[in-house]
Amino acid sequence: MAKNEIKYLTAIKQEKPKKKFCRFKKYGIKYVDYKDIEFLKKFINEQGKMLPRRLSGNSLKYQRKVADAVKKARQMALLPYVTDLLK
Amino acid sequence: MSTGKNQLFNQKIQVMNNYELMVIFTPVLSEDDFKSAQKKYQDFIKENGGDTVASNPWGLKSLAYPIDKKTTGIYWILEFTGPATINEKLKVQFLRDEQIMRHMITKLDKYAVEYNHIKRNGGFPVHKAQEA
Repeated sequence: MAKNEIKYLTAIKQEKPKKKFCRFKKYGIKYVDYKDIEFLKKFINEQGKMLPRRLSGNSLKYQRKVADAVKKARQMALLPYVTDLLK
Repeated sequence: MSTGKNQLFNQKIQVMNNYELMVIFTPVLSEDDFKSAQKKYQDFIKENGGDTVASNPWGLKSLAYPIDKKTTGIYWILEFTGPATINEKLKVQFLRDEQIMRHMITKLDKYAVEYNHIKRNGGFPVHKAQEA
């Protein structure tokens, strides 16, 4: 049997998944503001937990800064420690 | 040579840092009390060799979780410069003050100072323009 006769049950994905990038490096953001809650919400999930770098694509340097900012915002009751349906 | 070293040492003591203060006052505070409290702490900073850069009262805001069984608080943000010794003194004042539910002092690096400066002067922070 020739190779090109192999048939799949589902179509193979042709597109490559988009390459993730660190938005801080790309856009030149140097400071993560703990007061800007709307921005920080991009890095936390519905329960108020921080997203891993695997998902957010941040470089390690800025992931640490985001983590600090989120923790500060939580201390000052701008973000909840635990919740449901944040978004 | 020794005098030169001494001068350098003295200069080091004089170094002013940039700080940002965030205070949550209790929501039962009246408008006048809020203003007088702001003035009190700004004067306190001045007495201790610091100076106010910008004051930004956010006003009444709901909290993400209850603090002292209260669901709202009055937020006040103050950017100031001062010697490093100022923070301990401020902290003592805040802990003694019954009107204050919570406070936090953050040290600002040069990027933070720049960011705050741009934001104050009406410029948008970089990410807001580019997220759209």
